[in-house]
Amino acid sequence: MPLRKDMARSAIAVIVFSLLLGLVYPLVVTGISQVLFAEAADGSRIESDGRVVGAELIGQDFGGRPRYFQSRPSATGYSADVTYFNNLGPNNRELSRYFAEQLAAYLKREGPYNRGLTRADVPVDAVTTSASGVDPHISEANARIQARRVAAVRGLRLDRVRDLVAENTDGRFLGVLGEPGVNVLQLNLALDEEGR
Amino acid sequence: MTAQGWLQIGIYLAVLTALVPLLGGYMARVYQNQRVFLTPLVEPLERLVYRCLGVDPEQQGQDWKSYGKTTIVFSALFFGFLYLILRTQSAMPLNPEDFGAGPWDLSFNTTASFVTNTNWQFYGSETTLSYFSQMFGLAVQNFISAAVGMAVLAAVIRGFASRAVEELGNFWQDVTRSVLYVLLPISILGALLLVSQGVIQTLDGAYGFKTLAGLDQTLALGPGASQVAIKQLGTNGGGFFNVNSAFPFENPTGFSDFVESIFILLIPAAATAQFGRMVGRRRQGWALYVAMLAMLIGGIAVSYGAEQNGSPAQHVAGIETAAANGTTGGNLEGKEQRFGIADSTLWATVTTAASNGSVNSAHDSYTGLGGAVPLANMMTGEVVFGGVGSGLYGMLLFVLLAVFIAGLMVGRTPEFLGKKVEVREVKLVLVGVLVVPLLVLFATALAVATKYGAPSLSNPLPQGFSETLYAYASQANNNGSAFAGFTGFLQPNAPGNAGSYTITFANLLGGISMLIGRFVPLLAALAVAGSLAAKRPAPVGLGTMRTDSPTFVVLLVATVLIVALLTFVPALLLGPVVQSLTTQLF
Repeated sequence: MPLRKDMARSAIAVIVFSLLLGLVYPLVVTGISQVLFAEAADGSRIESDGRVVGAELIGQDFGGRPRYFQSRPSATGYSADVTYFNNLGPNNRELSRYFAEQLAAYLKREGPYNRGLTRADVPVDAVTTSASGVDPHISEANARIQARRVAAVRGLRLDRVRDLVAENTDGRFLGVLGEPGVNVLQLNLALDEEGR
Repeated sequence: MTAQGWLQIGIYLAVLTALVPLLGGYMARVYQNQRVFLTPLVEPLERLVYRCLGVDPEQQGQDWKSYGKTTIVFSALFFGFLYLILRTQSAMPLNPEDFGAGPWDLSFNTTASFVTNTNWQFYGSETTLSYFSQMFGLAVQNFISAAVGMAVLAAVIRGFASRAVEELGNFWQDVTRSVLYVLLPISILGALLLVSQGVIQTLDGAYGFKTLAGLDQTLALGPGASQVAIKQLGTNGGGFFNVNSAFPFENPTGFSDFVESIFILLIPAAATAQFGRMVGRRRQGWALYVAMLAMLIGGIAVSYGAEQNGSPAQHVAGIETAAANGTTGGNLEGKEQRFGIADSTLWATVTTAASNGSVNSAHDSYTGLGGAVPLANMMTGEVVFGGVGSGLYGMLLFVLLAVFIAGLMVGRTPEFLGKKVEVREVKLVLVGVLVVPLLVLFATALAVATKYGAPSLSNPLPQGFSETLYAYASQANNNGSAFAGFTGFLQPNAPGNAGSYTITFANLLGGISMLIGRFVPLLAALAVAGSLAAKRPAPVGLGTMRTDSPTFVVLLVATVLIVALLTFVPALLLGPVVQSLTTQLF
């Protein structure tokens, strides 16, 4: 096949396939998604008092406020529009120092409400940065520890707080796939509801 | 490691294995131009494409040279088109955040990356690229580069199967059928599944609000699901977000993670069954699958074990890393709670075994040994499943090499599928097998031995070396995953990317590595197939060495590993091995 013919066909192919795959395909998928799963397609936003306060799937920084469950450490300050990894290696001295600081801060925050809390009790998710920087979840062990503080600060019964934790825990898919995690934003919203 | 973790991995492998003969059989029919269940739906569109292109596939079979030439011309034109889109982004529509045009060297790197099915990202997606560039530029290449790989594989298989006919098929037909019968339908299905889980799919711009604690947060939005589906299916891997499939809007749940991990290996794994059927020896296809699977499982076990054990940085800080009630334990730095250790390491292994390269965790923060697994996967030349199409044609080169070595050992003329493997084929095989490893070593050496490599690094000493080695292994092997601290584009968080700058050396060396790493093995495989196609297969006799037996599987695995080890052990010692042998911090 002569080169010129290949060139001409390729040029047509660029146009045909770009229109089909770059325009028709994403627009059709967008159309169907907006009909079938409109909320999810727009980012699963959560409203409270008529204003958007977050997205179900995107974690938030609760600024260390004692009345709230606190999310995992984040390399990006919970940015949902500029994302990057922490990217420090497994033998990095700076990273190890960061861990030690996080560990001390966690013990200082939760220790007064959990008698006898030691380093060995602190779950890994509480002191490591997530990959996304906006991990919406904390582990169940982490929530168990924080529950005592939140209950004490809010003057709620510990059992009630634990129930709310359980209600806002996303389990494994079909009980098998993934790891269970407590959705921190939804849990905190439920706590605020409770106070009214 | 936990039983729960292994259960998930076991289910994953079982589902994948069950899908192999189903999709493989389907793809074999697609490339043999037989009717499939989608034919009534797709055929009108297929005819329309042929009419636009002026192709009559019935008439126009191509020999390997013609097929290869068309492949190159076709890829070159798409290269020019994508480069143009990226360079003129600011003048194009669907740019709600008003991003500027790409710098020339970054655009070259990105274009090379997507045309070669690598999808290496020096750019930060949501802070650099408009919806138009993502949809009309990158997503199109996700399909096209995958379809090119699948088309070339189909042609190579025909060469192995043919009975002294030199024609390997028609490129235009193979590409069109790859897109219309395989990639597009599965992508639509996958995209909708992902949206149902919470992956975004909208044309609205970013959305800002006050959080519960009164802080500002802005959600970057866009047509994510349509892009994520094909990036996994086509072993592309370029994320809609900079942190790729770790970001909840790309991968929100345990189920979406499972679907995406299956998509990553689906087509490369099914290609083994496609091969078996097209050459009329299904057992041969399974033998290839088992060889790949064995190496995959080895990788998962090592990576899972190493990450569950935790990192020196954690241990020195006094963190408890054992798994316990309600916590995953292990090295959760750079990993998401909803994936934990098992799903993160499964993904890391799978995405580098296939030449996908998307990530659901930060590989740069993996332990020495845990991070060595993705690295080793790439160093085996992306043949443990590998890229769509390219993985199996790469593996077939290794098969010929193994047959040749076995032939030398028993003193017989090596044969594969009844065809004699002679001097010409072995020479071409060596070109296909050795060019990429040499390229990796050369590029890494150039980067670490000169002052030009240093600006790309984010970690010192061994980790910095690992980042460099990983970067060039990834790009030359067309994988695209990264120790993401390594960069060619520094970008402050400012409107329109003000103040960002590129590292030209990293962009150019990476881009060139990707192009050589894609097209040299591709042409070598086509040439081998062309040369085999002309041969008449000999009948199977008593003296024929079987290539579908367990013995041969072992021989094949050993060949792949020995080539990789001989090439890369010294380099591995300097990075990952040093790091896993010491508890020292740097």
